[in-house]
Amino acid sequence: MKGDVLDDDALVMTVEDVVATAIDDLDAGHELDLGDRTLVLSEAVAFGHKFALVDVPEGEEIVKYGEVIGRASEPIAAGDWVHVHNCESTRGRGDLEVGSDGGEPA
Amino acid sequence: MVPTFTGFRRDDGRVGVRNHVAVIPTSVAASSIASRVASEAGAWARATPHQMGTTQPDETRDQTERVLAGVGRNPNVGAALVVELGTEDIDAEGLADRIARSGKPVETLSIRECGGTLTALDQGAERASDLNEAVGNVRREEADASELVFGVECGGSDATSGIAANPAVGDACDRLVEDGGTACFSETPEFIGAEHILADRAANEEVRKRLLAFVERRENLAKMMGVDIRGAQPSPGNKEGGLTTIEEKSLGAIAKGGTSPVNGIVGYGEDLPVGGGLVLMDTPGYDVESVVGKVAGGAQVVAFTTGRGSTTGNPIAPVIKVTGNPKTWERMSNNMDVNASTIIGGESLPTVGERTYDKLLAIADGDPTEAERRRLEEFAINEIQPNEIGELGTEVRT
Repeated sequence: MKGDVLDDDALVMTVEDVVATAIDDLDAGHELDLGDRTLVLSEAVAFGHKFALVDVPEGEEIVKYGEVIGRASEPIAAGDWVHVHNCESTRGRGDLEVGSDGGEPA
Repeated sequence: MVPTFTGFRRDDGRVGVRNHVAVIPTSVAASSIASRVASEAGAWARATPHQMGTTQPDETRDQTERVLAGVGRNPNVGAALVVELGTEDIDAEGLADRIARSGKPVETLSIRECGGTLTALDQGAERASDLNEAVGNVRREEADASELVFGVECGGSDATSGIAANPAVGDACDRLVEDGGTACFSETPEFIGAEHILADRAANEEVRKRLLAFVERRENLAKMMGVDIRGAQPSPGNKEGGLTTIEEKSLGAIAKGGTSPVNGIVGYGEDLPVGGGLVLMDTPGYDVESVVGKVAGGAQVVAFTTGRGSTTGNPIAPVIKVTGNPKTWERMSNNMDVNASTIIGGESLPTVGERTYDKLLAIADGDPTEAERRRLEEFAINEIQPNEIGELGTEVRT
């Protein structure tokens, strides 16, 4: 595993990442020390799920592993749970009939 | 110093880590008899029952036959018995000839010529037993890790797969490649969104183009059928485990191949080179069919990473289960072989990677996997869909 552990509660894979992965079941209101600031979870985040480290405006790219994993389908605030309800794939969208390359590799 | 294991040296130079007599049906029609013959014979006999081989268009039947021939040639097979009903397009003699090119003893059995199932079961038992007598006493000899072809698969993925289990197996792949062996991962739908990283690692321009063409073909398939791959990837279980998009799943999935250059990419069930470094295979995301493709390509051992838990095995190759999820390690300990969840607890990746590599060598040396202990032996062959042939053909165009 590369990346940093936040308070034994979550993992950030690279410095460019805007999300962290919970490695415990975290409750709403849970506080994480990010060094320069304290992040408060706005909702519960289950083991293996992600939360935003920073505010992500609608349509902006979401980065994990230092790579784009999708875009925000609605505005996401720091501390929000990030999952299929607010982050959507840009690839494999046969339903959208996008360009021949199926999307933009980052 | 390159690590060694003991295995069964075959006439074609490959080294088996098991010494099975494979009972291979040419079609679904002969599958029940093949299974009965193998189960009544004993643990040394392994059947590969499947649903294909009848009323298939030429292109798909060719794939079925290629996979069955490859499975029969897999070095873990000491000898093979090919079983046909006798009315199929794939005939037992033709398939037996393709398997016999590897130099191993091969027999055939035709249910129709035998006069039906009762006689077929008797004669099947006799022929399998003869084959076992011919190869059952072969002794293990020392072999070099460079002679291993290691297939890597993931299934039932969750967020821990990309964080812990896949990087651990990837580290083991790097060690094997360093020692001169071959590592192979597949599941082209799970390259989508991470193919640019793999393309950057391609050993040459031809491999890069071929890899991107295989990925484009999978995306075109989705478009052709008007489906949203997101409906299947990530799967509902993946999503429950925390994976949000196909890109996220793919980025985690490719970690299981390690970090070495991509030396090649082969089609489904095609031969994998010994001593080939990291070589990819174009397979569907369906685990059982994907594992079988790599076994047909010559993989002697498979590592299968799973976050949410999987019980699957294979009749011909031992399947090592690696989990990065501490709950899965606790709950499903009788299906798991390597605990990579310690990475989340702080154990270093190289330490867990080394442990995984040691496990691979021990399994190659004869230790049974949990799936082998429980005789979990799923087998299925991928079928190219008729509309796929019509729209896209069967060849990948670069």
